[in-house]
Amino acid sequence: MEQTNFQLKKQDVQSNEWSARLHHATRATREDWLGRGISYLCIGVIILVVASMLWFITSKGLATFTQNHVNVWQFLTGTNWSPDTGHIGAAPMIVGSFAVTFAAAIVATPFAVGTAIFMTEISPNKGRKLLQPVIELLVGIPSVVYGFIGLAVVVPFMRHLVGGSGFGIISATFVLFVMVLPTITSMTVDSLRAVPRHYKEASLALGATRWQTVSRVILRSATPGILTAIIFGMARAFGEALAVQMVIGNAAVMPKNLISAASTLTSQLTSGIGDTIDGTLPNNALWSLALILLLMSLFFNALVRVIAKRGQLKHER
Amino acid sequence: MLKQYSFEKTAVQTFDDSVSLALKTDNLQVFYGANHAMHDANLEFPKNQITALIGASGSGKSTYLRSLNRMNDGIATVTGKIWYHGVDINEPDVNIYEIRRHIGMVFQRPNPFAKSIRENIVYALKANGIKGKDELASRVEKSLKGAALWDEVKDNLEKSALSLSGGQQQRLCIARSIAMEPDVLLLDEPCSALDSISTVKVEETLLELQKKYSIIIVTHNMQQASRVSSQCAFFHLGHVMEYTPTATMFSNPQIPVTQDYIAGSFG
Repeated sequence: MEQTNFQLKKQDVQSNEWSARLHHATRATREDWLGRGISYLCIGVIILVVASMLWFITSKGLATFTQNHVNVWQFLTGTNWSPDTGHIGAAPMIVGSFAVTFAAAIVATPFAVGTAIFMTEISPNKGRKLLQPVIELLVGIPSVVYGFIGLAVVVPFMRHLVGGSGFGIISATFVLFVMVLPTITSMTVDSLRAVPRHYKEASLALGATRWQTVSRVILRSATPGILTAIIFGMARAFGEALAVQMVIGNAAVMPKNLISAASTLTSQLTSGIGDTIDGTLPNNALWSLALILLLMSLFFNALVRVIAKRGQLKHER
Repeated sequence: MLKQYSFEKTAVQTFDDSVSLALKTDNLQVFYGANHAMHDANLEFPKNQITALIGASGSGKSTYLRSLNRMNDGIATVTGKIWYHGVDINEPDVNIYEIRRHIGMVFQRPNPFAKSIRENIVYALKANGIKGKDELASRVEKSLKGAALWDEVKDNLEKSALSLSGGQQQRLCIARSIAMEPDVLLLDEPCSALDSISTVKVEETLLELQKKYSIIIVTHNMQQASRVSSQCAFFHLGHVMEYTPTATMFSNPQIPVTQDYIAGSFG
Protein backbone atom coordinates (compact mmCIF):
# COMPACT_ATOMS: atom_id res chain seq x y z
CA MET A 1 0.00 0.00 0.00
CA GLU A 2 1.32 3.36 -0.91
CA GLN A 3 1.62 5.70 1.96
CA THR A 4 -0.07 9.00 1.59
CA ASN A 5 2.40 11.68 2.30
CA PHE A 6 0.52 14.66 3.48
CA GLN A 7 2.03 17.79 4.84
CA LEU A 8 0.63 19.95 7.54
CA LYS A 9 0.06 23.47 6.48
CA LYS A 10 2.04 25.97 8.40
CA GLN A 11 -0.98 27.76 9.77
CA ASP A 12 -2.24 24.49 11.25
CA VAL A 13 0.91 24.09 13.27
CA GLN A 14 1.25 27.60 14.51
CA SER A 15 -2.08 29.28 14.78
CA ASN A 16 -1.79 32.17 17.16
CA GLU A 17 -5.48 32.63 17.20
CA TRP A 18 -6.19 29.07 18.29
CA SER A 19 -3.32 29.05 20.66
CA ALA A 20 -4.71 32.05 22.48
CA ARG A 21 -8.21 30.65 22.46
CA LEU A 22 -7.12 27.33 23.96
CA HIS A 23 -4.83 28.80 26.57
CA HIS A 24 -6.67 31.73 28.03
CA ALA A 25 -8.27 31.43 31.45
CA THR A 26 -12.04 31.15 31.68
CA ARG A 27 -14.41 31.04 34.60
CA ALA A 28 -14.07 27.28 34.64
CA THR A 29 -10.29 27.29 35.01
CA ARG A 30 -10.42 30.04 37.61
CA GLU A 31 -12.92 28.02 39.65
CA ASP A 32 -10.51 25.10 39.45
CA TRP A 33 -7.68 27.21 40.80
CA LEU A 34 -9.80 28.68 43.56
CA GLY A 35 -11.09 25.29 44.67
CA ARG A 36 -7.65 23.79 44.63
CA GLY A 37 -6.29 26.78 46.53
CA ILE A 38 -8.90 26.51 49.30
CA SER A 39 -8.29 22.78 49.68
CA TYR A 40 -4.53 23.22 49.90
CA LEU A 41 -4.94 26.02 52.40
CA CYS A 42 -7.15 23.89 54.67
CA ILE A 43 -4.85 20.91 54.45
CA GLY A 44 -1.88 23.16 55.07
CA VAL A 45 -3.41 24.60 58.24
CA ILE A 46 -4.26 21.15 59.55
CA ILE A 47 -0.83 19.78 58.80
CA LEU A 48 0.73 22.81 60.46
CA VAL A 49 -1.38 22.38 63.60
CA VAL A 50 -0.68 18.65 63.87
CA ALA A 51 3.00 19.04 63.16
CA SER A 52 3.44 21.84 65.65
CA MET A 53 1.56 19.87 68.29
CA LEU A 54 3.77 16.87 67.72
CA TRP A 55 6.88 19.02 67.81
CA PHE A 56 5.72 20.93 70.88
CA ILE A 57 4.82 17.88 72.92
CA THR A 58 7.91 16.02 71.84
CA SER A 59 10.33 18.83 72.54
CA LYS A 60 8.71 19.69 75.85
CA GLY A 61 8.41 16.05 76.80
CA LEU A 62 12.03 15.35 76.00
CA ALA A 63 13.20 18.35 78.03
CA THR A 64 12.95 16.25 81.16
CA PHE A 65 15.64 14.01 79.80
CA THR A 66 17.76 16.55 77.94
CA GLN A 67 17.67 19.54 80.31
CA ASN A 68 16.93 17.97 83.67
CA HIS A 69 19.04 14.92 82.84
CA VAL A 70 16.57 12.40 84.13
CA ASN A 71 17.32 8.87 83.07
CA VAL A 72 14.66 7.59 80.69
CA TRP A 73 14.68 4.16 82.24
CA GLN A 74 14.29 5.63 85.72
CA PHE A 75 11.43 7.75 84.47
CA LEU A 76 9.61 4.74 83.04
CA THR A 77 10.24 2.33 85.90
CA GLY A 78 10.62 4.56 88.94
CA THR A 79 7.77 4.32 91.42
CA ASN A 80 8.34 7.54 93.32
CA TRP A 81 6.47 10.49 91.86
CA SER A 82 7.26 13.67 93.77
CA PRO A 83 8.49 16.17 91.19
CA ASP A 84 9.04 18.87 93.79
CA THR A 85 11.80 16.82 95.37
CA GLY A 86 13.16 15.78 92.00
CA HIS A 87 11.81 12.25 91.99
CA ILE A 88 9.87 11.53 88.83
CA GLY A 89 9.08 7.86 88.48
CA ALA A 90 6.11 7.56 86.14
CA ALA A 91 5.52 3.85 86.62
CA PRO A 92 2.51 4.28 88.94
CA MET A 93 0.69 6.35 86.32
CA ILE A 94 1.69 4.07 83.46
CA VAL A 95 0.52 1.03 85.38
CA GLY A 96 -2.66 2.83 86.40
CA SER A 97 -3.46 3.84 82.85
CA PHE A 98 -2.90 0.37 81.47
CA ALA A 99 -4.76 -1.26 84.35
CA VAL A 100 -7.94 0.75 83.93
CA THR A 101 -7.74 0.52 80.12
CA PHE A 102 -7.36 -3.23 79.95
CA ALA A 103 -9.82 -3.87 82.75
CA ALA A 104 -12.44 -1.68 81.09
CA ALA A 105 -11.88 -3.35 77.70
CA ILE A 106 -12.03 -6.84 79.18
CA VAL A 107 -15.25 -6.11 81.02
CA ALA A 108 -16.87 -4.18 78.17
CA THR A 109 -16.05 -6.49 75.25
CA PRO A 110 -18.38 -9.41 76.10
CA PHE A 111 -21.25 -7.00 76.75
CA ALA A 112 -20.53 -5.08 73.56
CA VAL A 113 -20.25 -8.16 71.36
CA GLY A 114 -23.35 -9.68 72.91
CA THR A 115 -25.32 -6.49 72.36
CA ALA A 116 -24.03 -6.22 68.80
CA ILE A 117 -25.04 -9.81 68.01
CA PHE A 118 -28.48 -9.12 69.42
CA MET A 119 -28.77 -5.98 67.30
CA THR A 120 -27.69 -7.59 64.05
CA GLU A 121 -28.62 -11.25 64.21
CA ILE A 122 -31.25 -11.86 66.84
CA SER A 123 -33.50 -8.85 66.67
CA PRO A 124 -32.41 -6.47 63.91
CA ASN A 125 -35.63 -4.49 64.10
CA LYS A 126 -35.53 -3.77 67.80
CA GLY A 127 -31.81 -3.25 67.42
CA ARG A 128 -32.25 -0.50 64.89
CA LYS A 129 -35.23 1.19 66.46
CA LEU A 130 -34.45 0.86 70.17
CA LEU A 131 -30.81 0.09 70.87
CA GLN A 132 -29.16 2.17 68.16
CA PRO A 133 -30.50 5.49 69.54
CA VAL A 134 -29.64 4.44 73.09
CA ILE A 135 -26.06 3.71 72.09
CA GLU A 136 -25.75 6.94 70.14
CA LEU A 137 -27.05 8.75 73.21
CA LEU A 138 -24.43 7.09 75.41
CA VAL A 139 -21.68 8.21 73.04
CA GLY A 140 -22.89 11.79 73.24
CA ILE A 141 -23.00 12.12 77.04
CA PRO A 142 -20.12 14.40 78.16
CA SER A 143 -17.46 12.68 80.22
CA VAL A 144 -17.97 15.00 83.15
CA VAL A 145 -21.46 13.56 83.52
CA TYR A 146 -20.08 10.05 83.60
CA GLY A 147 -17.53 11.16 86.15
CA PHE A 148 -20.18 12.83 88.25
CA ILE A 149 -22.36 9.73 88.26
CA GLY A 150 -19.27 7.72 89.12
CA LEU A 151 -18.54 10.05 91.99
CA ALA A 152 -22.10 10.15 93.26
CA VAL A 153 -23.08 6.51 92.73
CA VAL A 154 -20.17 4.18 91.96
CA VAL A 155 -17.72 5.44 94.56
CA PRO A 156 -20.17 5.23 97.51
CA PHE A 157 -21.31 1.84 96.22
CA MET A 158 -17.76 0.52 96.13
CA ARG A 159 -17.06 2.02 99.55
CA HIS A 160 -20.07 0.17 100.85
CA LEU A 161 -19.23 -3.05 99.01
CA VAL A 162 -15.52 -3.48 99.58
CA GLY A 163 -14.65 -0.84 102.15
CA GLY A 164 -11.92 1.76 101.91
CA SER A 165 -12.52 5.14 100.37
CA GLY A 166 -14.30 3.80 97.30
CA PHE A 167 -11.97 5.76 95.07
CA GLY A 168 -9.70 3.54 93.03
CA ILE A 169 -9.01 1.46 89.99
CA ILE A 170 -12.20 -0.56 90.25
CA SER A 171 -14.41 2.55 90.30
CA ALA A 172 -12.49 3.97 87.35
CA THR A 173 -12.84 0.69 85.52
CA PHE A 174 -16.57 0.71 86.07
CA VAL A 175 -16.97 4.27 84.79
CA LEU A 176 -14.74 3.59 81.79
CA PHE A 177 -16.63 0.38 81.07
CA VAL A 178 -19.82 2.36 80.60
CA MET A 179 -17.96 4.96 78.54
CA VAL A 180 -16.29 2.57 76.10
CA LEU A 181 -19.26 0.22 75.82
CA PRO A 182 -21.07 2.30 73.17
CA THR A 183 -17.87 2.80 71.18
CA ILE A 184 -17.08 -0.90 71.04
CA THR A 185 -20.72 -1.86 70.51
CA SER A 186 -21.42 0.45 67.61
CA MET A 187 -18.19 -0.43 65.81
CA THR A 188 -18.83 -4.13 66.37
CA VAL A 189 -22.31 -3.69 64.95
CA ASP A 190 -20.79 -2.10 61.86
CA SER A 191 -18.35 -4.94 61.38
CA LEU A 192 -21.05 -7.59 61.90
CA ARG A 193 -23.29 -5.85 59.36
CA ALA A 194 -20.39 -5.85 56.92
CA VAL A 195 -20.13 -9.65 56.97
CA PRO A 196 -21.36 -10.72 53.53
CA ARG A 197 -24.91 -12.08 53.68
CA HIS A 198 -23.89 -15.07 51.62
CA TYR A 199 -21.64 -16.40 54.39
CA LYS A 200 -24.65 -16.62 56.64
CA GLU A 201 -26.80 -18.22 53.95
CA ALA A 202 -24.11 -20.73 53.07
CA SER A 203 -23.78 -21.74 56.68
CA LEU A 204 -27.52 -22.06 57.27
CA ALA A 205 -27.99 -24.01 54.05
CA LEU A 206 -25.47 -26.54 55.32
CA GLY A 207 -27.68 -27.23 58.31
CA ALA A 208 -25.66 -25.22 60.79
CA THR A 209 -27.66 -23.73 63.65
CA ARG A 210 -27.95 -20.04 64.28
CA TRP A 211 -25.49 -20.31 67.17
CA GLN A 212 -22.97 -22.18 65.01
CA THR A 213 -23.42 -19.69 62.22
CA VAL A 214 -22.90 -16.71 64.50
CA SER A 215 -19.99 -18.13 66.45
CA ARG A 216 -18.05 -19.85 63.70
CA VAL A 217 -18.79 -17.86 60.59
CA ILE A 218 -20.07 -14.39 61.38
CA LEU A 219 -17.94 -13.59 64.42
CA ARG A 220 -14.92 -15.12 62.82
CA SER A 221 -15.15 -13.13 59.66
CA ALA A 222 -15.85 -9.98 61.70
CA THR A 223 -12.87 -10.55 64.01
CA PRO A 224 -10.60 -7.86 62.51
CA GLY A 225 -13.43 -5.35 62.84
CA ILE A 226 -14.17 -6.37 66.40
CA LEU A 227 -10.50 -6.10 67.35
CA THR A 228 -10.43 -2.65 65.82
CA ALA A 229 -13.50 -1.75 67.87
CA ILE A 230 -11.84 -2.95 71.05
CA ILE A 231 -8.70 -0.97 70.31
CA PHE A 232 -10.71 2.18 69.66
CA GLY A 233 -12.46 1.57 72.96
CA MET A 234 -9.09 1.15 74.66
CA ALA A 235 -7.78 4.30 73.05
CA ARG A 236 -10.75 6.18 74.42
CA ALA A 237 -10.27 4.68 77.88
CA PHE A 238 -6.54 5.41 77.80
CA GLY A 239 -7.12 9.03 76.87
CA GLU A 240 -10.06 9.73 79.18
CA ALA A 241 -9.02 12.24 81.81
CA LEU A 242 -11.87 13.96 83.55
CA ALA A 243 -14.17 11.11 84.47
CA VAL A 244 -11.26 8.98 85.63
CA GLN A 245 -9.78 11.78 87.68
CA MET A 246 -13.10 12.17 89.51
CA VAL A 247 -13.22 8.58 90.73
CA ILE A 248 -9.72 7.11 90.83
CA GLY A 249 -8.44 8.90 93.94
CA ASN A 250 -5.40 10.53 92.33
CA ALA A 251 -2.70 9.02 94.49
CA ALA A 252 0.52 8.87 92.51
CA VAL A 253 1.58 5.62 94.10
CA MET A 254 1.93 2.16 92.70
CA PRO A 255 -1.54 0.56 92.93
CA LYS A 256 -1.46 -2.47 95.21
CA ASN A 257 -4.87 -3.87 94.34
CA LEU A 258 -8.02 -2.97 92.47
CA ILE A 259 -9.54 -0.97 95.30
CA SER A 260 -6.53 1.11 96.15
CA ALA A 261 -6.50 4.73 95.06
CA ALA A 262 -4.29 5.29 92.04
CA SER A 263 -3.77 7.71 89.20
CA THR A 264 -3.40 7.55 85.44
CA LEU A 265 -1.27 9.53 83.03
CA THR A 266 -4.25 11.67 82.13
CA SER A 267 -5.51 12.24 85.65
CA GLN A 268 -2.05 13.21 86.79
CA LEU A 269 -1.76 15.63 83.92
CA THR A 270 -5.07 17.38 84.56
CA SER A 271 -4.62 17.56 88.30
CA GLY A 272 -0.98 18.63 88.18
CA ILE A 273 -0.73 21.03 85.27
CA GLY A 274 -2.07 24.04 87.14
CA ASP A 275 0.41 23.78 89.99
CA THR A 276 3.67 23.85 88.07
CA ILE A 277 5.83 26.57 86.63
CA ASP A 278 6.78 26.53 83.00
CA GLY A 279 10.32 25.32 82.37
CA THR A 280 10.82 23.64 85.73
CA LEU A 281 11.24 19.90 86.29
CA PRO A 282 7.70 19.34 87.64
CA ASN A 283 6.30 20.99 84.54
CA ASN A 284 8.58 19.15 82.14
CA ALA A 285 7.74 15.86 83.83
CA LEU A 286 4.08 16.40 83.06
CA TRP A 287 4.98 17.02 79.43
CA SER A 288 6.79 13.72 79.45
CA LEU A 289 3.58 12.07 80.60
CA ALA A 290 1.81 13.75 77.69
CA LEU A 291 4.48 12.40 75.38
CA ILE A 292 3.77 8.86 76.59
CA LEU A 293 0.07 9.45 75.92
CA LEU A 294 0.85 10.68 72.43
CA LEU A 295 3.06 7.71 71.67
CA MET A 296 0.39 5.34 72.94
CA SER A 297 -2.27 6.86 70.74
CA LEU A 298 0.08 6.56 67.77
CA PHE A 299 0.58 2.94 68.76
CA PHE A 300 -3.17 2.30 68.93
CA ASN A 301 -3.58 3.88 65.51
CA ALA A 302 -0.81 1.78 64.02
CA LEU A 303 -2.34 -1.34 65.53
CA VAL A 304 -5.70 -0.57 63.94
CA ARG A 305 -4.01 -0.18 60.58
CA VAL A 306 -2.13 -3.45 60.88
CA ILE A 307 -5.31 -5.31 61.79
CA ALA A 308 -7.26 -3.74 58.95
CA LYS A 309 -4.56 -4.72 56.50
CA ARG A 310 -4.44 -8.27 57.76
CA GLY A 311 -8.21 -8.58 57.58
CA GLN A 312 -8.12 -7.37 53.99
CA LEU A 313 -5.41 -9.85 53.03
CA LYS A 314 -7.44 -12.67 54.45
CA HIS A 315 -10.38 -11.79 52.27
CA GLU A 316 -8.37 -11.26 49.12
CA ARG A 317 -6.18 -14.31 49.28
CA MET B 1 -44.68 -4.71 26.31
CA LEU B 2 -45.17 -8.17 27.79
CA LYS B 3 -48.20 -9.96 26.44
CA GLN B 4 -50.92 -10.97 28.90
CA TYR B 5 -51.16 -14.71 29.27
CA SER B 6 -53.92 -16.55 31.05
CA PHE B 7 -52.79 -18.21 34.27
CA GLU B 8 -55.76 -20.58 33.98
CA LYS B 9 -54.32 -22.61 31.17
CA THR B 10 -51.39 -24.63 32.46
CA ALA B 11 -49.80 -27.95 31.53
CA VAL B 12 -48.32 -29.59 34.61
CA GLN B 13 -47.42 -33.26 34.58
CA THR B 14 -47.78 -35.64 37.50
CA PHE B 15 -46.17 -39.03 37.89
CA ASP B 16 -47.86 -42.36 38.51
CA ASP B 17 -46.99 -44.63 41.41
CA SER B 18 -44.18 -46.39 39.55
CA VAL B 19 -41.99 -43.27 39.82
CA SER B 20 -40.48 -42.66 43.22
CA LEU B 21 -40.43 -39.03 44.18
CA ALA B 22 -37.75 -37.12 46.04
CA LEU B 23 -39.89 -34.13 46.80
CA LYS B 24 -43.35 -32.86 46.07
CA THR B 25 -45.18 -29.62 46.78
CA ASP B 26 -48.91 -29.10 47.17
CA ASN B 27 -50.29 -25.60 46.65
CA LEU B 28 -47.06 -23.97 47.71
CA GLN B 29 -47.52 -20.22 47.99
CA VAL B 30 -44.99 -17.59 48.97
CA PHE B 31 -45.70 -14.08 50.19
CA TYR B 32 -43.20 -11.31 50.78
CA GLY B 33 -45.39 -9.20 53.02
CA ALA B 34 -48.28 -8.21 50.79
CA ASN B 35 -46.47 -9.30 47.65
CA HIS B 36 -47.77 -12.66 46.44
CA ALA B 37 -44.60 -14.04 44.86
CA MET B 38 -45.62 -17.65 44.23
CA HIS B 39 -49.07 -19.00 43.46
CA ASP B 40 -50.13 -22.60 44.05
CA ALA B 41 -47.09 -24.53 42.89
CA ASN B 42 -47.87 -28.23 42.53
CA LEU B 43 -44.72 -29.99 41.42
CA GLU B 44 -43.37 -33.50 41.79
CA PHE B 45 -39.67 -34.17 41.60
CA PRO B 46 -38.62 -37.71 40.62
CA LYS B 47 -35.69 -39.31 42.39
CA ASN B 48 -32.22 -39.36 40.83
CA GLN B 49 -33.12 -37.00 38.06
CA ILE B 50 -32.25 -33.42 37.35
CA THR B 51 -35.24 -31.11 37.24
CA ALA B 52 -34.71 -27.64 35.83
CA LEU B 53 -36.79 -24.64 36.85
CA ILE B 54 -36.73 -22.05 34.08
CA GLY B 55 -38.39 -18.70 33.54
CA ALA B 56 -37.65 -15.01 33.27
CA SER B 57 -36.33 -12.89 36.14
CA GLY B 58 -38.98 -12.36 38.76
CA SER B 59 -40.90 -15.48 37.75
CA GLY B 60 -40.57 -16.88 41.27
CA LYS B 61 -38.34 -19.84 40.49
CA SER B 62 -35.65 -18.94 43.00
CA THR B 63 -38.25 -18.05 45.59
CA TYR B 64 -39.82 -21.45 45.08
CA LEU B 65 -36.47 -23.23 45.31
CA ARG B 66 -35.47 -21.45 48.51
CA SER B 67 -38.73 -22.52 50.12
CA LEU B 68 -37.92 -26.18 49.61
CA ASN B 69 -35.25 -26.30 52.33
CA ARG B 70 -36.87 -23.58 54.40
CA MET B 71 -34.29 -20.93 53.51
CA ASN B 72 -37.18 -18.49 53.25
CA ASP B 73 -37.89 -18.83 56.98
CA GLY B 74 -37.92 -15.37 58.47
CA ILE B 75 -37.83 -13.76 55.03
CA ALA B 76 -41.13 -14.76 53.48
CA THR B 77 -44.35 -16.51 54.44
CA VAL B 78 -44.64 -19.92 52.81
CA THR B 79 -47.94 -21.79 52.86
CA GLY B 80 -48.89 -25.16 51.42
CA LYS B 81 -47.23 -28.52 51.82
CA ILE B 82 -43.78 -29.80 50.96
CA TRP B 83 -43.71 -33.58 51.04
CA TYR B 84 -40.41 -35.27 51.75
CA HIS B 85 -40.32 -38.94 52.73
CA GLY B 86 -44.01 -38.68 53.53
CA VAL B 87 -43.54 -35.76 55.94
CA ASP B 88 -44.78 -32.24 55.36
CA ILE B 89 -41.57 -30.32 56.03
CA ASN B 90 -43.32 -26.98 55.82
CA GLU B 91 -44.79 -27.59 59.28
CA PRO B 92 -43.45 -25.13 61.85
CA ASP B 93 -42.39 -27.86 64.29
CA VAL B 94 -40.07 -29.57 61.82
CA ASN B 95 -36.35 -29.31 62.65
CA ILE B 96 -35.07 -27.02 59.92
CA TYR B 97 -31.44 -27.92 60.59
CA GLU B 98 -32.20 -31.58 59.94
CA ILE B 99 -34.00 -30.62 56.72
CA ARG B 100 -31.04 -28.65 55.45
CA ARG B 101 -28.74 -31.57 56.18
CA HIS B 102 -30.84 -33.68 53.83
CA ILE B 103 -31.73 -31.03 51.30
CA GLY B 104 -28.54 -29.20 50.43
CA MET B 105 -28.30 -25.93 48.59
CA VAL B 106 -25.82 -24.21 46.29
CA PHE B 107 -26.20 -20.53 45.58
CA GLN B 108 -25.93 -18.28 42.59
CA ARG B 109 -22.65 -16.67 43.55
CA PRO B 110 -19.96 -19.06 44.73
CA ASN B 111 -19.87 -18.42 48.47
CA PRO B 112 -17.06 -20.34 50.11
CA PHE B 113 -16.08 -19.18 53.58
CA ALA B 114 -12.79 -17.30 53.96
CA LYS B 115 -11.23 -20.47 55.27
CA SER B 116 -9.10 -23.20 53.75
CA ILE B 117 -10.53 -25.62 51.21
CA ARG B 118 -10.55 -28.39 53.79
CA GLU B 119 -12.12 -26.25 56.50
CA ASN B 120 -14.90 -25.24 54.13
CA ILE B 121 -16.00 -28.85 53.90
CA VAL B 122 -15.26 -29.81 57.48
CA TYR B 123 -17.25 -26.84 58.80
CA ALA B 124 -20.65 -28.35 58.12
CA LEU B 125 -19.59 -31.82 59.18
CA LYS B 126 -18.35 -30.52 62.51
CA ALA B 127 -21.46 -28.39 62.90
CA ASN B 128 -23.45 -31.59 62.61
CA GLY B 129 -21.41 -33.46 65.16
CA ILE B 130 -19.26 -35.53 62.82
CA LYS B 131 -15.84 -35.92 64.41
CA GLY B 132 -12.78 -38.10 64.07
CA LYS B 133 -9.83 -37.21 61.91
CA ASP B 134 -10.13 -40.20 59.60
CA GLU B 135 -13.85 -39.82 59.10
CA LEU B 136 -13.45 -36.12 58.28
CA ALA B 137 -10.52 -36.72 55.92
CA SER B 138 -12.35 -39.43 54.02
CA ARG B 139 -15.47 -37.29 53.74
CA VAL B 140 -13.40 -34.38 52.42
CA GLU B 141 -11.84 -36.58 49.77
CA LYS B 142 -15.10 -38.25 48.83
CA SER B 143 -17.01 -35.02 48.45
CA LEU B 144 -14.25 -33.29 46.49
CA LYS B 145 -14.11 -36.28 44.17
CA GLY B 146 -17.89 -36.16 43.88
CA ALA B 147 -17.68 -32.54 42.82
CA ALA B 148 -14.84 -33.33 40.38
CA LEU B 149 -12.50 -30.99 42.21
CA TRP B 150 -10.20 -33.47 43.94
CA ASP B 151 -7.56 -33.69 41.24
CA GLU B 152 -7.24 -29.93 41.07
CA VAL B 153 -6.91 -29.24 44.79
CA LYS B 154 -5.72 -32.42 46.49
CA ASP B 155 -2.22 -31.00 47.07
CA ASN B 156 -3.50 -27.66 48.33
CA LEU B 157 -6.24 -28.50 50.77
CA GLU B 158 -4.94 -25.94 53.26
CA LYS B 159 -5.00 -23.11 50.74
CA SER B 160 -7.65 -20.43 51.12
CA ALA B 161 -10.82 -21.30 49.25
CA LEU B 162 -10.90 -17.74 47.98
CA SER B 163 -7.77 -18.39 45.94
CA LEU B 164 -9.70 -20.78 43.69
CA SER B 165 -11.25 -19.72 40.40
CA GLY B 166 -14.97 -19.02 40.28
CA GLY B 167 -15.76 -22.41 38.78
CA GLN B 168 -13.60 -24.20 41.32
CA GLN B 169 -15.24 -22.23 44.13
CA GLN B 170 -18.66 -23.28 42.91
CA ARG B 171 -17.63 -26.91 42.74
CA LEU B 172 -16.24 -26.52 46.25
CA CYS B 173 -19.67 -25.29 47.32
CA ILE B 174 -21.19 -28.36 45.71
CA ALA B 175 -18.62 -30.54 47.48
CA ARG B 176 -19.44 -28.81 50.75
CA SER B 177 -23.12 -29.63 50.26
CA ILE B 178 -22.65 -33.26 49.27
CA ALA B 179 -20.23 -33.84 52.15
CA MET B 180 -23.37 -33.92 54.28
CA GLU B 181 -24.62 -36.78 52.09
CA PRO B 182 -28.00 -35.19 51.40
CA ASP B 183 -30.78 -36.76 49.29
CA VAL B 184 -31.67 -33.65 47.40
CA LEU B 185 -29.47 -30.92 46.04
CA LEU B 186 -30.96 -27.53 45.25
CA LEU B 187 -28.98 -25.28 42.94
CA ASP B 188 -29.93 -21.65 42.43
CA GLU B 189 -28.46 -20.54 39.09
CA PRO B 190 -25.12 -22.12 39.95
CA CYS B 191 -23.43 -21.11 36.71
CA SER B 192 -24.65 -17.57 36.24
CA ALA B 193 -21.43 -16.11 37.66
CA LEU B 194 -19.16 -18.53 35.78
CA ASP B 195 -17.45 -18.52 32.40
CA SER B 196 -18.33 -21.13 29.82
CA ILE B 197 -15.48 -23.55 30.58
CA SER B 198 -16.30 -23.58 34.28
CA THR B 199 -19.95 -23.99 33.39
CA VAL B 200 -19.23 -27.12 31.36
CA LYS B 201 -17.34 -28.58 34.33
CA VAL B 202 -20.15 -27.86 36.75
CA GLU B 203 -22.69 -29.34 34.34
CA GLU B 204 -20.61 -32.49 33.91
CA THR B 205 -20.42 -32.74 37.68
CA LEU B 206 -24.20 -32.46 37.97
CA LEU B 207 -24.82 -35.15 35.37
CA GLU B 208 -22.52 -37.42 37.37
CA LEU B 209 -24.14 -36.50 40.69
CA GLN B 210 -27.68 -37.37 39.61
CA LYS B 211 -26.83 -41.04 40.01
CA LYS B 212 -26.74 -40.47 43.74
CA TYR B 213 -28.79 -37.35 44.32
CA SER B 214 -32.03 -35.83 43.19
CA ILE B 215 -31.21 -32.43 41.80
CA ILE B 216 -33.37 -29.37 41.31
CA ILE B 217 -31.66 -26.55 39.45
CA VAL B 218 -32.88 -23.05 38.76
CA THR B 219 -31.41 -21.68 35.60
CA HIS B 220 -31.69 -18.62 33.46
CA ASN B 221 -30.15 -20.43 30.59
CA MET B 222 -32.47 -22.52 28.44
CA GLN B 223 -29.58 -24.29 26.74
CA GLN B 224 -28.31 -25.34 30.11
CA ALA B 225 -31.72 -26.70 31.07
CA SER B 226 -31.87 -28.71 27.86
CA ARG B 227 -28.30 -30.00 28.36
CA VAL B 228 -28.60 -31.23 31.92
CA SER B 229 -32.20 -31.79 32.95
CA SER B 230 -34.67 -34.60 32.37
CA GLN B 231 -37.69 -32.71 33.68
CA CYS B 232 -38.34 -29.05 33.18
CA ALA B 233 -40.75 -26.63 34.81
CA PHE B 234 -41.51 -23.23 33.35
CA PHE B 235 -42.37 -20.41 35.76
CA HIS B 236 -44.06 -17.17 34.75
CA LEU B 237 -44.85 -14.24 37.06
CA GLY B 238 -45.18 -16.45 40.12
CA HIS B 239 -47.11 -19.26 38.45
CA VAL B 240 -45.97 -22.70 37.34
CA MET B 241 -47.20 -22.71 33.75
CA GLU B 242 -45.83 -25.91 32.32
CA TYR B 243 -44.04 -28.97 33.66
CA THR B 244 -43.01 -31.68 31.23
CA PRO B 245 -40.02 -33.85 30.33
CA THR B 246 -37.30 -31.52 29.09
CA ALA B 247 -37.32 -32.93 25.56
CA THR B 248 -41.02 -32.19 25.26
CA MET B 249 -40.65 -28.72 26.69
CA PHE B 250 -38.14 -27.68 24.08
CA SER B 251 -39.54 -29.52 21.06
CA ASN B 252 -43.23 -29.29 21.70
CA PRO B 253 -44.26 -26.73 24.34
CA GLN B 254 -47.91 -27.14 25.23
CA ILE B 255 -49.19 -23.64 25.91
CA PRO B 256 -48.67 -20.24 24.28
CA VAL B 257 -46.65 -18.63 27.07
CA THR B 258 -44.10 -21.44 27.06
CA GLN B 259 -43.95 -21.42 23.28
CA ASP B 260 -43.18 -17.70 23.30
CA TYR B 261 -40.58 -18.05 26.04
CA ILE B 262 -38.82 -20.95 24.32
CA ALA B 263 -38.93 -19.02 21.05
CA GLY B 264 -37.26 -16.11 22.80
CA SER B 265 -40.08 -13.58 22.58
CA PHE B 266 -39.44 -12.45 26.15
CA GLY B 267 -37.26 -13.29 29.12
